[in-house]
Amino acid sequence: MNYFFQILTVIMINSILAVSLNLITGYTGQLSLGHATFMSLGAYAATLLTLKLGFPFLASLILGAVVAAFFGFIIGVPTLRLKGDYLAIATLGFGEITKNILLNLEITGGPMGLRGIPKVTNIYIATITLFLVIFSLNRIMNSRVGKSFIAIREDELAAEAMGINTTKYKILAFTIGAFYAGLAGGLYAFLFRYINPKDFGFMKSIEILCMVVLGGMGNTYGAVLGAFIITILPELLRVVSPVIAQYRMVLYGLLLVVMMIVRPQGIISGSSILDKIKPKKLLEKGGQ
Amino acid sequence: MLKLDNIVTHYGNIQALKGISIDVKQGEIVTIIGANGAGKTTTLKTICGLVAPTSGKIYFQGEDITHKTTSDIVESGIALVPEGRRVFPRMTVLENLQLGAYLNKDKAQVKQDLEKVFDLFPILKDRIKQIAGTLSGGEQQMLAIGRALMARPKLLLLDEPSMGLAPKIVANIFDIIMEINRAGTTILLVEQNARMALAIAHKGFVIETGKIVLQDSAVNLLNNEEVKKAYLGD
Repeated sequence: MNYFFQILTVIMINSILAVSLNLITGYTGQLSLGHATFMSLGAYAATLLTLKLGFPFLASLILGAVVAAFFGFIIGVPTLRLKGDYLAIATLGFGEITKNILLNLEITGGPMGLRGIPKVTNIYIATITLFLVIFSLNRIMNSRVGKSFIAIREDELAAEAMGINTTKYKILAFTIGAFYAGLAGGLYAFLFRYINPKDFGFMKSIEILCMVVLGGMGNTYGAVLGAFIITILPELLRVVSPVIAQYRMVLYGLLLVVMMIVRPQGIISGSSILDKIKPKKLLEKGGQ
Repeated sequence: MLKLDNIVTHYGNIQALKGISIDVKQGEIVTIIGANGAGKTTTLKTICGLVAPTSGKIYFQGEDITHKTTSDIVESGIALVPEGRRVFPRMTVLENLQLGAYLNKDKAQVKQDLEKVFDLFPILKDRIKQIAGTLSGGEQQMLAIGRALMARPKLLLLDEPSMGLAPKIVANIFDIIMEINRAGTTILLVEQNARMALAIAHKGFVIETGKIVLQDSAVNLLNNEEVKKAYLGD
């Protein structure tokens, strides 16, 4: 039963990551390949606040997320002037730099990581956090800010011509996404009680991206579904054969290739359901 | 109303505009004609702050807007209908129009403006819930114009509204442009279709490789031998 709850908790944490990357990549259309970096910043900041300064869990968790958001902002200012491929490469570089800093600083324990973190995160805390993240995200997406994000994804030049300050809103999406990822990082640290820079490497960023692409870009619930599938898959594979489970990264790659061919919009896409219903309805109403 | 004074614009090392000076008076339809790559689109982008000029000044209603942000320029009363329409493809017609009124916080006024756009383009009202990407080219152009009007512009910048459209639809669009002008909006129209553009304009500028080479009343340009040979295909 413990194992079962542990998996569920990880699903919740991964869902927060997927939902937050979906805000940046799915809704705002900015491809980021360094999302795990913000998770690591949240995890390390929260852990250090508790271990070194004795902050209570909740304060550490939130301040950790604030630190991640701060770095999201700092990184966003120069990089979000870049477009498409260049942004992806810049976020990738930022991820590698952060990892190497964490590996070499004394306070972060270097390659040994940080241990002795109290176990606080449980299924309830993770679920409540995910719920709060989705709730606040929905509020944002239904506001003027959310409309600006989607307009930027749909056509950045047109959005700018409407008077939307595209750089400002891209940085805002990045900062909010980093905040949520920082929360997930804090939850992660207080669940596994041990963190190491390698937990938050490039592969973790790719894993989060896989969740978003699989579930459906631009759909919060799609991202949750993607997180669920990607998290549970290696566990199921382990039951079938431990050897296959070792090759899960190969499987992710394969999954992405197949998805791109069969269903590029993901399992639940932002507008797929609408696309299917609308033209037909209009025909019945006597449109063209 | 609008005055460009010796505007120079670069893309990286390439000089796209080599000192453009034009002026547009209140109530006019002014057209800039020229071949592909002459700098027509760049001129419009520079006016609305999407590209920063290297030197020169832009005045709108007497105010220097050269280095203002696009957001401020839109707010001061200039709206752009971009080249190739650029509607938000996965949003509905209504959402597209609402985004056009992005800077207008007066909801009642937005509603009123929406009705005005529907009066001008009744087809958009029929298609209000349709995803913009599924509209025909002509409908998308109407939506792009309607969207720009939602910003309540005093000056409307139109970038190649005839692009890729059937002649009949082009005629329809140009009728509507004249109607918008009669209702009090000044228009700066950039076109490759010089004949159509000069037919509705009061004044025209001919642009070649980043320079204005000719400026005159539209009637005179239509009868100019050079223009006839180069742009009207006579």
